[in-house]
Order: sequence, then C-alpha cells, then structure tokens
Amino acid sequence: MDDTRPLIGIIDTVGGAVDRLAYESHGGYEAARKALGMQPDDIIDLVTEANLRGRGGAGFGTGMKWGFTRGPARTPGGKYLVCNADEMEPGTFKDRYLLEYNPHILIEGMIVAAHAIHAETAYVFLRGEYHEPFRELTKAIDDAYAQGYLGRGIFGTDINLELRIHRSAGRYICGEETALLNALEGKRAQPRQKPPFPPASGAWGRPTIVNNVETLCNVPGIVRNGADWYHSLGTGDDAGTKIYGVSGRVNKPGLWELPIGTTIREIIEEHAGGMREGYKLRGLLPGGASTDFLVEEHLDLAMDYGTIQKAGSRMGTGTMILMDDSICPVDMCRNLEHFFAQESCGFCTPCREGLPWVEELLIEIEEGRGKEGDLELLDRNAMFIGGVTNTFCLHAPGAIEPLASALRYFRDDFEEHIRQGKCPYR
Amino acid sequence: MSEAALVQILSDDEIREIEEEAAHLPDRKSAAIDAMMIVQRYRGWVSDESLGAIARLLGMSVENLDSIATFYNLIYRKPVGRHVVMVCDSVSCYVMGADGLRKAVEEHLGIALGETTEDDRFTLLPIVCLGACDRAPTMMVDDELIGDVTPEALEEIFARFA
Repeated sequence: MDDTRPLIGIIDTVGGAVDRLAYESHGGYEAARKALGMQPDDIIDLVTEANLRGRGGAGFGTGMKWGFTRGPARTPGGKYLVCNADEMEPGTFKDRYLLEYNPHILIEGMIVAAHAIHAETAYVFLRGEYHEPFRELTKAIDDAYAQGYLGRGIFGTDINLELRIHRSAGRYICGEETALLNALEGKRAQPRQKPPFPPASGAWGRPTIVNNVETLCNVPGIVRNGADWYHSLGTGDDAGTKIYGVSGRVNKPGLWELPIGTTIREIIEEHAGGMREGYKLRGLLPGGASTDFLVEEHLDLAMDYGTIQKAGSRMGTGTMILMDDSICPVDMCRNLEHFFAQESCGFCTPCREGLPWVEELLIEIEEGRGKEGDLELLDRNAMFIGGVTNTFCLHAPGAIEPLASALRYFRDDFEEHIRQGKCPYR
Repeated sequence: MSEAALVQILSDDEIREIEEEAAHLPDRKSAAIDAMMIVQRYRGWVSDESLGAIARLLGMSVENLDSIATFYNLIYRKPVGRHVVMVCDSVSCYVMGADGLRKAVEEHLGIALGETTEDDRFTLLPIVCLGACDRAPTMMVDDELIGDVTPEALEEIFARFA
C-alpha cells in the first residue's frame, strides 16, 4: 500500500487496473483479516477516532453513523450494508475510477464495515450506465468469493457476508440514501420520510448503513495503519486523503488523491496544470453541480468540509467544475437547473413545479426576453425553493445553491442580459 | 389469457434470470427493476405485453409495475433502435461543448433527441453526467463510453455500430 495515497496510489504502482493478486501483494486484505479478529464495536471506535467523514458529499461522521446500529440486531432478520455507487452528481467521476481500477479495496472496506455493523448481506447500488465498473467489480467479487473472502465463513472464521450488485435503472435522485433504498427494493425512487433514518429502519425495514464508495475505500487503510496515521495524512481539521478532481478548460483535467485540505489553487494550478491558454477562470463549483459557486478570492482556501462551508459553499464530492470566461454564467445556470428540474422525483411541489419554473425564467433571460424584476423573482424563488424545510428532501435546496450564488457573484451578467435584450456571450 | 399463458410470453431464459434475482431478495416484488432490465436486455424495450407478464410473474399489479417503469430513464417503454446513442448534457460536458456535439450528432444521424433512424439502427437520447468529466464532452453508444468526442470523430465511431 502506498502510505500517502492509500486509495489510488497502488494504481500508479501497478500501472493500471489492480487485480486481486496485485492488491494482495501490496498488503491488500490484511485489514479484513485483522478486522475480523476485532470486536465490531472496536472497529466503530477506531473509525470514529480516525474522524473519517462521508466522501459522498455530506461529510457525516462514518464512525458515528455505524455507531447508530451498535450491537446485534434486536429483532429477527438481519442488518444491511449498502454501498452508494450511484455516482451521478454532475462533474463527479471519482467513484468510477475506484470501481474500475481498484475494486478490491471497496470489497475489503465493505467486509470490514459489514463486520462492524453485524451485517451479513451487503449491496453495491451501482449506476446503470457504469458498464465498465460493473464488469470490473463483478470480476473482483467473483474472485473474492472463490478465495473465500466472501460467502459463508469468510477467511476461515464463522462470519458470513453475501455481497451483491444492484444495477440501477437511472435517475439522480437515487443518490439520496432513502430514495436509493426504495430503488433497491424495486420501487419508485422517491425519498422517504425521515425519521426514521436508515440506521434504524432502512432496506426492507431493517437497520441499514449506506456509505459512499470512496468512504468505504478509506476503511482498510485505517484498520491497517491506525487512527494516528490517518490523521497525519490530512491537513487542518479533517483527516485522511481526498480524491479531488477538476473538469473544465484546464490543461490536465483529472483526479488526484491528495491530503484533505489541499488548497483549491494548488489543485487547479499544480495538479490540473492551470487554465488553458486564452482562458481565464471566473468561478468554480467546488464539489459537483449542487454546490455554491466560489470565485477568485476563494482560491487559497483549503478544500475541506469546514473551510468550504465557511466560504458559503460545500466541499461536496470534491470534484470541481471550472467556469472560464468564455462561458455565460446565465446559460451555465440554465444548464444546471435543467438538470435538477429533470431529475426532480416529482413528489413535492416546490421542487416539481418550482425548478422547471426557474429553468424557464433562465431561458427567457438567456434568450434576451428577460424583463425588469426577473432577477428579484429569481431571488425570491431561490429563497423559497432553497429553504431546507420547504421541501421533502434536499434535492431542491441543492439545486438552488449554484443559482443563488451565481446571482450574487455574477449579477452584472444577469443584468446585462436584461439590459441588452440578448446574451452578451453569443 | 390465463395467468400461465401471460407469464409464458417471457422466455425460459428470461424467467430463469428473473427468478435468480428474486431468490436473493426478501420480497419477490423487489426484483421489479431487475426483471424489466433483464427483459429489456433480450428484447430491446419493455412492451405492454412484457410488462403484464413480468407483473404476473412477480405477483404485482400492472399499474404498479408501470409506475416503476416510467420513473426510470433507462427502462424503455417504446421500441428503440439496434443501438442507443446517449450524449451527455450535464455541466462539465456543457462547459466543454456538449451543445455543439449534440447538434453534430443530430446532423450526422439525421434525427433529433428522442428519435430513431428510419433503418432502426440508432436511437438518440440525452443523458446526465456519465462520470468521465476529465474526458468531456462524452457520449455513450450501447455500453461503450466514449470521451473527448469531436464532431470529426463521429463518422468513425458510428461506423463501428452496424
């Protein structure tokens, strides 16, 4: 294992996709063997002490989440572990990389997590369009079964774990963990009323832990090297590494596993090679489409949960989308709101009716038919739709984040559209 | 038609695969999405007839199953061409020229989004972020992901799908 880049360092060492033999020759599955000899509660304590936080976007403490299911199930029937591999946040491509190139680290993370929460059945909820990750993960799971790492009596212990893949049939809302559970149960993927939260009542009414791919891939390293080592990897308040990504008009778009808390500037300029010649950076969505814009003044901020939140946005998935000076902010917002309007599950009114309405208004402004007062109307809608208590789940508030922040940072652009009666970028 | 006849619309292979999924789930109805995807893999889409047969097989109402089918964008309730072309329209690809790529694809195939070519070879659909944003703009033909697509490359790409 590459001790500074425990998730994807091995991919570079091996020079491509990591199969089981390569994984094991670099210390793979040692953490699973070690964890199966530990008390489940001790694993939860270790992950809590390591301060691993959810890498899917919300940043919830993984150890704390697991802790909600402490002890064996109190009622008949099992508990479930579900890996959220429904990567569909626009601009996010990190889980695909892990699934395709290092699938065994996910399997190992799931073996440890399942033992920690007393689950004997686990599912990987995988995006339907992820064909290559499906093939690689299937191969890896079959191999793990053949080795006795999955199935009954894994690693020669009396512990069982069945691991299956559920291939999704689409829709962004499946990434919301209770919508995901409905989809896993073969139903429409509408989010559920919370509480109860999944650790109390999840898949088929059983206690269920849902963790993101990258989160689970962090677990083997923590078990192997300990919480102190994990803390030493990060900078600032957060621990561990983070897979950061950059897309947009940079010289080298891509992904890098870096100490969590690396600055935005370092990620863009050193790792992504800076902006392409002739393009200037105007703004960025730090962690996917549902995060607020950041601008020039934020470039020296650390990409960690707390710092980005203080700046008025969210680290989200950590894969940033750059808006250069050739892109019209109004049109980019139109693109974003089209996505969110389309992907609304349709259950509650502010989201189902409000988002298409916002999209329409943005089309009007972009196409030169904007009127005086339209921006105030957008402000008001952003306030109502974005109010976290106004909708059933967080889809609509997330949808509004890029728009509300664009209205602040790029207001001149919006006003210019209305004043000129056309898009100044066309 | 009798129930047995309704179910018999499905092939033995389809039924076997659906039953295999159902056997791993706490409730037969939970195999609804898997079942539709299995049938679609064999037939290209999910017809009313297939839908009725799957509903009987899993012991659920046709209406319930159709409400699930129409929720998910990867379940096709209309026939599609031999190859499904999906062009990403999400934000990273948008920044890298997805609108231009979509227009070039439409022109090349002579159809708009949601349409199928007259020879039933291609159906063109929009798709959300394909998770390959470092290779934007992207598209997918059947189960093949193609990144860094340029309009110039389209001819060669489509030629591979007869």
